[in-house]
Amino acid sequence: MLRFLTTRLISMVLTIWAVSFVAFAIIQLPPGDYLTAYMARIAAEGERVTAAEMEAMRQQYGLGDPFLIQYWKWISGIFGSGDFGQSFEWKRPVTSLIWGRLGNSILLEGLAVLVMWLVALPIGVYAAVRKYSLGDYLATVFGFLGLAVPNFLFALVLMYLSYVWFGTTLGGLFSQEFERAHWSLPRIWDFFSHAWAPIIVLATAGTAQLIRIMRANLLDELKKPYVTTARAKGLPEWKVIVKYPVRVALNPLVSTIGWLLPTLVSSSVIVSVVMSLPTAGPLLLRSLTSQDMYLAGAIIMLLGVLTVVGTLISDLILAWIDPRIRHGGGR
Amino acid sequence: MTAETLPREHVLPEAVPVRESQAGLMWRRFRQHRLAVWSLWIVAAFYFVALFAEFLAPFEPSAYNPRYTYAAPQGLHFSYTDEEGSWRFGPYVYGYKVEIDQAAMRRTFVVDKEVRHPVGFFVETKPYHLLGIIPMNVKLFGPTEPRAPLYILGADRLGRDLLSRLIHGTRISLSIGLIGVVLSLFFGVIIGGFSGYYGGWFDSVVQRVIEFIRSLPTIPLWLGLAAALPRDWSSLQIYFAITVILSLIGWTELARVVRGRFLALRTEDFVTAARLDGASDWRVITRHMVPNFMSHIIAATTLAIPGMILAETALSFLGLGLQAPIVSWGTLLQEAQNIRTLASAPWLLLPGVAVVVAILALNFLGDGLRDAADPYGR
Repeated sequence: MLRFLTTRLISMVLTIWAVSFVAFAIIQLPPGDYLTAYMARIAAEGERVTAAEMEAMRQQYGLGDPFLIQYWKWISGIFGSGDFGQSFEWKRPVTSLIWGRLGNSILLEGLAVLVMWLVALPIGVYAAVRKYSLGDYLATVFGFLGLAVPNFLFALVLMYLSYVWFGTTLGGLFSQEFERAHWSLPRIWDFFSHAWAPIIVLATAGTAQLIRIMRANLLDELKKPYVTTARAKGLPEWKVIVKYPVRVALNPLVSTIGWLLPTLVSSSVIVSVVMSLPTAGPLLLRSLTSQDMYLAGAIIMLLGVLTVVGTLISDLILAWIDPRIRHGGGR
Repeated sequence: MTAETLPREHVLPEAVPVRESQAGLMWRRFRQHRLAVWSLWIVAAFYFVALFAEFLAPFEPSAYNPRYTYAAPQGLHFSYTDEEGSWRFGPYVYGYKVEIDQAAMRRTFVVDKEVRHPVGFFVETKPYHLLGIIPMNVKLFGPTEPRAPLYILGADRLGRDLLSRLIHGTRISLSIGLIGVVLSLFFGVIIGGFSGYYGGWFDSVVQRVIEFIRSLPTIPLWLGLAAALPRDWSSLQIYFAITVILSLIGWTELARVVRGRFLALRTEDFVTAARLDGASDWRVITRHMVPNFMSHIIAATTLAIPGMILAETALSFLGLGLQAPIVSWGTLLQEAQNIRTLASAPWLLLPGVAVVVAILALNFLGDGLRDAADPYGR
């Protein structure tokens, strides 16, 4: 287990380093920098900036340095003192802007994963046990729809229907009076009365896939002789299924988090923009359009890190429930 | 009863059945997948629309008319009874009348069943070029009275015809899927092929890179890359840049498929035999290996197109993908982003239906092709 843990941890550190490099490279790509855009805006408003003033700002933000030096300044600040730099647009440290929003992202995505599992497991088991029944066909149809309906479209349809039927606009995560309040029971209630819609939207696509995987896994297991043996020994049918084949079929399902999480983080960005949720997504979009490079870089990097860490956790759970992986030593 | 007691003709078939070719076997297998066959027709219809967009769409995608902003869909009707009560046949649409919406304080255009505007087939319009080359001046259908409104699927905020824009958007969205996949295939085959054929350190490096890319959330990366495109690029340059960006991540899946097939075939007897015969690597690959996994590649490629289309739609929807005046399903859905607009003009969501149908059809088609690629399996 220890060897498994060390190899996974080392590979995670390497991956996070690569993520940070990619994030920084991406935000360095635009031909101009934020200052140029900023100058253009000031010029459009009719004010003038001298070349000397501009050069001073350039020095201040280290924009004239070569790429690797800028990267080094950035990354050493992050790992040295948790300093993600300054947001040009908001004139505030990046850290003061992102943590709350990132927390909301993690909360939403975690709840979405939970809903996915709670919904997909029973339906998947049912679809496998009652193969070719009406319920199985319904699950299949649902699975294909979940595959084909882009989540932002689903969010739009949901918002439209709730507006037309109930006259309410879905969106946001909190009512105004709770926005800045501390967590309390009424606030939690307020949160869930807002968050159910984005959670459903986020969970749908994953649920559809999990049902298909669970059904296929369980169908493979149900054919095996040990199931017949258990049945021949006179175990009640639910026990035959839940106690052995479902447990075995769960293992591959746990490992799906590795690819479920990247898609989930991706879709939460776009769903948040549509439903105007206070998560990292809308902030990222805005910072990218205004070339607020430190803010955009921090969000891209942290979303990547979030995914990598989540994948590591799922790997650890998998190793914990499946001794073959634990004792295989790494891969 | 045993074989000896049977008359001779019962034991031997009358004629030896013809040996079916590999392609024939695949086609037979493919036809068993009913949904895939239907999907093939649907996909073909979509690409037909994309190919002849200028001819099928009654108007230019940018043709606007401020007199009919957010006009409701007219639908297309075929038969009616005229004033004398006799039954008439012929396509027509209803006209519009203006109503003042007191709540929203603006004019709305509602369908007026009193007025009928006939619709004709092969009507003459001002000359245009089909596919940018063939000069034509006939559209498949259009209003026969000049200046009569024709908004079968409704109009958007500038009074542009949604149907025409949807048809033109189909061309962009489907072609971006296709070009993006071809680019991904190019990278995937070269990188995956090298990786699988030679193995060794190159293979492990490529595998790590692929794992790394696949472990990242794609939308933030795409957004970051798309935001980096220069603002002063023409829409055509943006179009190609977006396809390149999409395939930067899309190649990994295809590279994995190609590598897997290479690894599986590398140790096959016929490949060893070819190599012992002194065939060059190039010949072994192109003559012996590629024909063997061509069908798998085609199936994997088909399955990759929906992802590309969805990615373009998402990017354009967020405003960082294709830019106006280019019309794609994503840019069309961008118009539907505001919930209040959507409530008064729900037909703006119709491009979403096109997205869903196209994605479903391509997925089923890909599934069928994947089954058919291995006609001996199962």
